Amino acid sequence: MPPLLEMHDIRKSFGATKALDGVSLTVRGGEVMALVGENGAGKSTLMKVLSGAESPDSGRMSLTGNRYEPTGPHDARSAGVAMIYQELNLAPDMSVEDNIMLGQEIGRHGLLQHAEQRRRVLDVLDRLGHPELEPRQLAGRLSIGAQQLLEIARALVMQARVIVFDEPTSSLTRHDVTRLFTVIRSLCEGGIGVIYISHFLEEVSEVAERYTVLRDGRSVGTGMLKDVSERDLVRLMVDREVGDLFPSVPHEPGEVVLRIKDVSGVRTPLNVSLDLRRGEILGITGLVGAGRTELMRCLFGLNEVVSGSVAIGNVEPRPTPRARIRAGLGFVSEDRKGEGLAQARSIADNMTYSRLEPYSKGGWLRLRQRRVQVEHWMERLHVRARSPEQAVADLSGGNQQKVALARVLHQEADVLLLDEPTRGIDVGTKAEIYRLIGELAAAGKAVIFISSYFAELLSVCDRVAVMSRGRLQDVRPAGEWDEESILSNAMGSDV
Amino acid sequence: MSESDARKPAVRRLTAFAGPLVWLALVFCLFWAADEYRASARGKTGRFATTASLRLMVHNTSLVGVAALGATIVIISGGIDLSAAASIALAATVSAFCFREGYPAVVGISAAVMTGVAAGFTNGALVSWLRVVPFIITLGTMTIFRGIGREIAEGTPIRAFGKLPEWLLMLERPVPDPAWLMVSPGVWVMVAFALMVAALLHLTVFGRHVYAIGSNEATARLCGINLTRTRLMVYSMAGFFAGVAALYNLTSLSEGDPNSLPGRELDIIAAVVIGGGSLNGGRGSVLGTISGALLMQVIRHGCRSLGVPTAYEQIIIGVIVIVAVTLDQLRQRRQSR
Repeated sequence: MPPLLEMHDIRKSFGATKALDGVSLTVRGGEVMALVGENGAGKSTLMKVLSGAESPDSGRMSLTGNRYEPTGPHDARSAGVAMIYQELNLAPDMSVEDNIMLGQEIGRHGLLQHAEQRRRVLDVLDRLGHPELEPRQLAGRLSIGAQQLLEIARALVMQARVIVFDEPTSSLTRHDVTRLFTVIRSLCEGGIGVIYISHFLEEVSEVAERYTVLRDGRSVGTGMLKDVSERDLVRLMVDREVGDLFPSVPHEPGEVVLRIKDVSGVRTPLNVSLDLRRGEILGITGLVGAGRTELMRCLFGLNEVVSGSVAIGNVEPRPTPRARIRAGLGFVSEDRKGEGLAQARSIADNMTYSRLEPYSKGGWLRLRQRRVQVEHWMERLHVRARSPEQAVADLSGGNQQKVALARVLHQEADVLLLDEPTRGIDVGTKAEIYRLIGELAAAGKAVIFISSYFAELLSVCDRVAVMSRGRLQDVRPAGEWDEESILSNAMGSDV
Repeated sequence: MSESDARKPAVRRLTAFAGPLVWLALVFCLFWAADEYRASARGKTGRFATTASLRLMVHNTSLVGVAALGATIVIISGGIDLSAAASIALAATVSAFCFREGYPAVVGISAAVMTGVAAGFTNGALVSWLRVVPFIITLGTMTIFRGIGREIAEGTPIRAFGKLPEWLLMLERPVPDPAWLMVSPGVWVMVAFALMVAALLHLTVFGRHVYAIGSNEATARLCGINLTRTRLMVYSMAGFFAGVAALYNLTSLSEGDPNSLPGRELDIIAAVVIGGGSLNGGRGSVLGTISGALLMQVIRHGCRSLGVPTAYEQIIIGVIVIVAVTLDQLRQRRQSR
């Protein structure tokens, strides 16, 4: 019997970065296949290819033995491939029934066939083992777990044959997780093939039979889960060559400059306490949803701090970005496009937005002076661009990141919060950024370096903190960690 | 990088900068040619490109042009002001009231400007503090301002005929008194304000903040830019220009009518949008806006000199708005690749 879904040697590049560099996997009908790998290993890109959101550069896919080349997400859905994402795609103001039937309403002469729809919805909810869901209820009123059921129901209505679950449990309670697994098992009994993506290896071994490991855009291992230990899987996920990619700059920690005490945010972080010294590089890591970014946003006054305190030096500045910048904090966002940079504006503007005061004379900008400074920082960070007036959108990811870094340097921040500063950046630029971080520490600045790439944290940082589900798991000197112990800590278990 | 690649941005920047002007020239020449052709077929000379006609075209641009300067700032900041025409009418009514009651000209003029600023400030404050989108806020204040105006005017326009000083009336006289001015003083006032706004947008810290908020509010917040203060200033400025436009309205009608300029807020927005302003914020220019305002007048005059019925004139302007914005978006999409 041919496998239900086969992906063979899929490749996909974005500019110079190879997101997928030869991935092959198969899914059989009635099984759960776990897709595991570190953040950035290529899982999301692979799923975008599968769901028709991206087309591969090369490679072939087949579904039930037939060629499968989706031209877009809609095409993929009608072919029988459904995705259940981390973020749910529901219309909160519409009813359960309307949400399930969204885009596949049953109509005759343009009139909705309510009775027919209702029958279909009740049937599907029954198959999912949840006949208690009331079709007329508003979707927005349901719990996250129940909302997820609606997405699955939607997939069933469109007669999906392959359903992909992308980190489905990251925001579920344990009870909802158990319920979800029951549903997944009943889907398999109906012959559906499931791809299950998760960082939580315990869950993976609980729900799936087979696994495929992705690393650096390649599939590096596949087999039955009962034949491997979690430790083996982790090793497959993180194994990697580390050359002289990490230039080391000697630096010496000084006095404490940032005191984080019992900080809790709205959902995450939860009771995080940390101290940071001048001349120190502190790495913070964790899986997606661990609350690292939220912690940074709380420190910078972008997210509400529900309890706890943040002191910079001896002061507790007001919780607004403006006050935090004044107090010497600098933040580089992980989301360059959405938040970090005003893409349509120039390099010069983006670099100086947070500190235009030195060039202001009665409100008028002294543009020539500013240009001199901007050129200085462009040269210092090797920003490759035609001129300071070039729009940031025209630059490569690496150069954009340098502009974002230049902003916090130009702003003369003492404490730098760098959220995934090396994400989506080529290896050469990464090395430049590591060196820069080292030099900053040597110059007496304090750096928090957030990353999901453990190897870089272990090489660049003095201490590494690991977060899991909003809590700080452990902080140790970098020398006392290895990639496996970080990963198992991040997954909230001890391997 | 090939040579054409390196050259592209310069060309792009030029078309982005001069685009609206090119449009203006194109449409102008089109009407001119049509008019001359039609006239010569009848053995006459054209009426479209005469001095008097040109003067009137420019003159008729001034009110919308001045108000659109404010709208340009608002739209660049990512907002919108639907209450512009209502603010103008309200400010004109308040000012007419002062003139009718015999207060000195300084009071009458400041009353117009201050009313405008107050209206704008109200918009800015509501947008910032209620955190409701500007479209809704100004949709509401649009009616509110009209209502306040009617209350002040007690139902009928406030007639200030004969109460306005002669030198103020000069503002909107199409044929200026010292002939060397060529066009009405109001046009020159508009040009002066246009230069000031252009300088404000490009040479001041405030200007950078306006563009920053409009192109990416999250970035602006991240960089510690004071969103509330910037917005208050943006809308107050739009109000200021509504106040100035109110003086144009008042002097040309010699009365303050709370119901005047119905629907004109859309012309004001159209001027900005035809001139390359983006309702998503972050984009727009003073030169573009003034060209956009002129373009609409050119079309109106052109249609009239060709004897095209008003109905078609409106259709043409509508089509131009859609075409201009579509082309602009195509250009943006190409750029973002």
